[in-house]
Amino acid sequence: MLEISNLACSRGDHRLFSGLSFALHPGQIMQIQGANGSGKTSLLRTLCGFIIPDEGTISWCGENVRDMGEEYFARMMYLGHLNAIKDELSALENLLISAALSGVELKEADAILALRRMGLKGRERLPAKVLSQGQQRRVALARLLVSNAKLWILDEPLAALDVKAVALIQELIAEHLTQQGMVIFTTHQPLDVAGMEMRSLSLS
Amino acid sequence: MNKLTQLLILIVRRDLVLAMRRRADVLTTLIFFVMVVSLFPLGVGPEMDMLRKMAPGVLWVAALLASMLSLGRLFSADYLDGTLEQMLLAPQSLSVLVLGKMISHWMVSGLPLVLMTPVLGLQFDMSVQAIGVLMLSLLLGTPILSMVGAIGAALTLGLRGGGVLLSLLVLPLCIPVLIFGTGAVQAVSGGLSVSSHLSLLGALLVLALAFTPWVTAQALRISME
Repeated sequence: MLEISNLACSRGDHRLFSGLSFALHPGQIMQIQGANGSGKTSLLRTLCGFIIPDEGTISWCGENVRDMGEEYFARMMYLGHLNAIKDELSALENLLISAALSGVELKEADAILALRRMGLKGRERLPAKVLSQGQQRRVALARLLVSNAKLWILDEPLAALDVKAVALIQELIAEHLTQQGMVIFTTHQPLDVAGMEMRSLSLS
Repeated sequence: MNKLTQLLILIVRRDLVLAMRRRADVLTTLIFFVMVVSLFPLGVGPEMDMLRKMAPGVLWVAALLASMLSLGRLFSADYLDGTLEQMLLAPQSLSVLVLGKMISHWMVSGLPLVLMTPVLGLQFDMSVQAIGVLMLSLLLGTPILSMVGAIGAALTLGLRGGGVLLSLLVLPLCIPVLIFGTGAVQAVSGGLSVSSHLSLLGALLVLALAFTPWVTAQALRISME
């Protein structure tokens, strides 16, 4: 369970948000809404521990995430604006390396299956630089398939994706939620997850 | 196999594969080193005595500058494509990860310089013994340059004009390495024992191995904010 209490964050002299409190329980999904520059990405990056909040605490199952360190990182996965894909490596190599980094033992056959499910059949061994923007995003999203993290923090996961891929992501999120996972995300596109109550948080 | 060793091997292999697929970057460092060193005999003139005396200093300074040249790339590529974010979020020791990046950086930018040294030493009419000691001192010293440089590279990450700032930060810290490195070669040419210089270089290397990965990891976390 992720608990945020009285969180405040600023960039430079500008206070983005303050007094933010909410809790996310297993099986719950939350959308962060707000205009450009309202602090959505900053909030997500704060949850990842990149930004130290001005005030307030973020705790995971009652323990402050700053004290948990690597133990917290093992339970969450973050997908940001940047794909974290190396142009020189193939889609398969990219996925295998990022899985190994996040401590997941992934067999090559499973990685190929994950990439195929993301609609990258036949492109597994192509260098990422010849893939389109949307295909690179799919390679990045394939990490969701092979991760065993409980908490997914997704920043604009649908950017550059086509209709089919959006449907696939909705399916993945629904699967993750039924397995008692948690999702917190931002998007400017509508995202419907079947049978789940969508909570939303507005930053202004 | 131990998990940390596995992580270390993973990072070193990944960075070496990346370097092999982007060979131009590796070659520029090496060619820069060869060029700078070769300019001296041309500029100073063919006076063997003077060249022989200058050789260790010239080679060492050129190695220092060449390693500065390649340091900018140590973290910046990973920073720009978001891989570094993922590395900071990896549920594994960031210090070990950073150590892996340092090792691969040295293998790509420091080791080729060491291997190139005999050829360049001949240009300066160095004795075989002096070349041997020079290679040994470079072998001990260039990893320190990569490791100390990594701290600077982490601190200047994402800054505009970071490259120059990086050199200004790191070069003064490398002075001891330069002094002991060239000192060893001068000692062997003067018929003295080299062991004191080399053991001091070795001590610096151990010290750097122990502390720089952790310091660099902290610097990366600061730069990421």
